[in-house]
Amino acid sequence: MAALQQRTIDLIRSHQDAVVAQWVDQLAATGQGQDSRLSPREVDAQVREFWRLFQAALSTSGTGVSGGEWQEIRHFLEQLSRERVLKGFSSSETASFLFSLKRPLFELAQQHLGDDPKALGDQLWAISELIDGLGLHSVKVYQKTREDVIQRQQEEMLELSTPVVKLWDGVLALPMIGTLDSQRTQVVMESLLQRIVDTGSEIAIIDITGVPTVDTLVAQHLLKTVTAIRLMGADAIISGVRPQIAQTIVHLGLDLQGIVTKANLADALALALKRTGLTVTQATR
Amino acid sequence: MDRIPILQMGDLLLVTIQVDMHDQLALTLQDDLSERIQRTSARGVLIDISALDIVDSFIGRMISTISALASIMDARTVVVGMQPAVAITLVELGLTLTGVQTALNVERGMTLLQQRNDEDAP
Repeated sequence: MAALQQRTIDLIRSHQDAVVAQWVDQLAATGQGQDSRLSPREVDAQVREFWRLFQAALSTSGTGVSGGEWQEIRHFLEQLSRERVLKGFSSSETASFLFSLKRPLFELAQQHLGDDPKALGDQLWAISELIDGLGLHSVKVYQKTREDVIQRQQEEMLELSTPVVKLWDGVLALPMIGTLDSQRTQVVMESLLQRIVDTGSEIAIIDITGVPTVDTLVAQHLLKTVTAIRLMGADAIISGVRPQIAQTIVHLGLDLQGIVTKANLADALALALKRTGLTVTQATR
Repeated sequence: MDRIPILQMGDLLLVTIQVDMHDQLALTLQDDLSERIQRTSARGVLIDISALDIVDSFIGRMISTISALASIMDARTVVVGMQPAVAITLVELGLTLTGVQTALNVERGMTLLQQRNDEDAP
């Protein structure tokens, strides 16, 4: 790895005002700073803070950005990337914040080292490597933060999408929405079984109107849930079998023997009421 | 050696499993129960497993076996009060206990057995 020479570092430190000014111009030219998500003042503050840490961390050791003296600046970049993820910036916008620093630094090196081509090439390479390292680090953090956000949303959806509702005394319903996978089936099964125990309900209706597709795996999950409900001593009814889903089930040759299925929730509720010995009649006026 | 008590209520037998089942206990229960059914000519067996938190495939099979065994001796078996975790475990183990009657609690299990007996009565 090419190391920075002491004279380059001195050069950068002595010309810092010019470099920072140029960098800010560069950021403005690429559109940053005029963004409604980030005020020019905030960009300016970030630039100054970065520069303070950057010039303090400059050294001739050539360890690259993984070195100990860069720890503080890495920490700063992590915060910056996280903040930009939450504000909805793209990864290239986040990285270009750093990459636009290249130009002012290159120009500075060109002006003062132009008479020594070997040193110029060497130092340009060192600066480039440094900025690239910082840029890649911030992109890495950006991506990680994005993944965390997605993970959190997935967990929240899992929680949200499994409500167990009570339709009548002794009749529970579970409207399922979204694709059924093993993890969701597990959560759904657990919460439904627990509610059956808590309420002492004898009939559970699983409504699959909101399930977009039924394949062999989903059918297997449904079968498992129904069997578990039966083992607990309650009965399960599956409702909301749409025509397309019925066709798929028949075409796949799935065996849903022993499971009571109904076309819609109303039919299932009517059956449940009948089983509990209730009848619904029109009130006479 | 510890045993699981079998209580008699009229022509029904009541088994409440209150301790962690181990294999020898399960086998003893099986023997005791079949012997009691024969001696008392019971018409129904009610197994309450509401206190059972952990099952393995052996215990699962034991429940099936007891049910099959009792039905040969003309007694009906109802398993009551299975915990959600136990139900999920049994399903994951592939033990669906086909042919075993289940109920939510002892009261409903009793009603179920009583109904059966009334139907059978001439």
